[in-house]
Amino acid sequence: MADEPQVNPSKGDGVAYWKANLRLIIILLIIWAAVSYGAAIFLANPFYNIKFFQINLAFWFAHQGSMIVFVILIFVYAKMMDKIDRDYDVHE
Amino acid sequence: MSVEVLTYIIVGITFAAYIYIGYLNRVGTTSGFYVAGHGVPAIANGAATAADWMSAASFISMAGLISFLGYNGTFYLMGWTGGYVLLALLLAPYLRKFGKYTVPDFVGDRYYSNTARVVAAICAIFVSLTYVAGQMRGVGIVFSRFLGLPIGWGVVVGMVIVSFFAVLGGMKGITWTQVAQYSVLICAYLIPAVAIAWIVTGNPIPQLALTFSDIVPKLNQLQADLGLIEYAKPFQGKGMLDVFMITVALMIGTAGLPHIIVRFYTVPSVRAARYSAGWALLFIALLYTTAPAIAVFAKYNLINELNGKTPAQVQELDWVQKWEETKLLKFDDVNGDGVLNMTGEADTNEITIDRDIIVLSTPEVAKLSPIVIALVAAGGLAAALSTAAGLLLVISSSLAHDIYYRLINPNANEARRLLIGRIMIFVAVMFAGYFGIKPPGFVAQVVAFAFGLAAASFFPVIILGIFDKRMNKEGAIVGMILGMGFTMFYIIGNRFAGMDPWFFNVSAEGIGTFGAVINFVACFVVSRLTPPPPPEIQELVESVRIPRGSGVAIEHY
Repeated sequence: MADEPQVNPSKGDGVAYWKANLRLIIILLIIWAAVSYGAAIFLANPFYNIKFFQINLAFWFAHQGSMIVFVILIFVYAKMMDKIDRDYDVHE
Repeated sequence: MSVEVLTYIIVGITFAAYIYIGYLNRVGTTSGFYVAGHGVPAIANGAATAADWMSAASFISMAGLISFLGYNGTFYLMGWTGGYVLLALLLAPYLRKFGKYTVPDFVGDRYYSNTARVVAAICAIFVSLTYVAGQMRGVGIVFSRFLGLPIGWGVVVGMVIVSFFAVLGGMKGITWTQVAQYSVLICAYLIPAVAIAWIVTGNPIPQLALTFSDIVPKLNQLQADLGLIEYAKPFQGKGMLDVFMITVALMIGTAGLPHIIVRFYTVPSVRAARYSAGWALLFIALLYTTAPAIAVFAKYNLINELNGKTPAQVQELDWVQKWEETKLLKFDDVNGDGVLNMTGEADTNEITIDRDIIVLSTPEVAKLSPIVIALVAAGGLAAALSTAAGLLLVISSSLAHDIYYRLINPNANEARRLLIGRIMIFVAVMFAGYFGIKPPGFVAQVVAFAFGLAAASFFPVIILGIFDKRMNKEGAIVGMILGMGFTMFYIIGNRFAGMDPWFFNVSAEGIGTFGAVINFVACFVVSRLTPPPPPEIQELVESVRIPRGSGVAIEHY
């Protein structure tokens, strides 16, 4: 995500690093809200009429899918932050 | 060998293991006592967090609750897992970088105020104490269900075990026993689930059987025919807005519970805190994606085995007699036609199934060996004990560290602080045990309370403390007090004083969402009207945002 990885973290790098972090957080939280509040609650009525294998899509998101996506989101965040930490040279 | 003897043996072996692990991990420093010396590997902390998180209620009651709620059960499933995404992205890494011992430590330091520290410590004690009473009760109930021991004695046994490893080992002892307890509870949950999935659908993997077999449409039809709710249809009972509010309140409540937050202080680095949240949710999701499957299989199986039979036919099932004795299963041929019928109406229904039976009876219904029944008892105890231990540590650290050491006697030496910590955890065990034996009327309502208060008090001020550099002590103190005060007032008024619900009939469980919004708004408005925080606090915020410099682990295992 970083355009120009810096060697010495000055205050400026901290700001750029924080922006990259915020951007990633926002993207992942949009997905988080979409699968839980979106697919399983606000879109539940339309999704009720879409079949997903033997059950309806809303029920799948509500009782299985959203939780599976949550787990994936956290590991994606951890993995991508490993790279961002290194790109901005703020890793431990 | 009888089931009872087997249960004693299995429970005895697991308890001996917990005591042994507690003994191996005894500690001699406050850092070891409060945060396990920041030396717990990410995956082990994940397992410990999962055990900490999943209580007796998750283990015994949740699948049953879902089987009666149907689709709407999603607010428990998503509400009690979705908060981990917030924890991993918004809280855990930064609190680990901050790197002290407790949640009030962060609130007090970030808001440069002992008032904020005390308010936070009181919130932490209140949330944890209400929650832990239910856990000790859970220990007593498991003992009485499986071993016929009076509930009071069951609670006493639980107190002895918990105080042994918690007093001796503090966070370090608790962490490693929790890892063992997670292993016991997940095996105990999955074995009967696989068996019943196989019997009912022919597919041994519960999650796959739920989606790819025709069991859900069959149960849906069966329930509709009997006049019960259509199982897979959204928003029967509670409406869309209410389900949304409850889900949000449980999610942000999860992310604000102090006994979960402090677990992320125990890992060696910021990076480990992120992965550890992922492991924790993976371990939790293993149980949480299985629970809705058990709910469907067991409900379908029970209705099929019981509905439309004569009372004599029902009595021929050997598990029926046992559960009838415990009063979790009741039959009453109301209309006297010689056949038992399940209906959706209270006055014509002839088969009453307690929700707890969904999990507890599964091994017998699936005709599994008595060892599995004994294992389920051990699993329920593991779930209750591990959650109780985590909560007790928070109570102890709030009293001994936040209030005694940080406020009353900052000159106390290491040995004295450790001693006070041990004494306080013992006192907390006594309190929890007392409430377990003589539960006050509100224990059943505790979930709404603990989550609502955590959501309305901690979550907003911690988030803002990290993400808003301008946030100051005035904002945080007013925010916490208003958020918590409003939530407390509403829950007490609505649940106990007969107050009519406000805001479009939102349930007490969902009110934490409003409490959190009030807290956020109050923080923002008040902080903008008062002076910004001093420069050293702004530097502190900048430092928690950067992983480097989190410090090396003090202890390695």
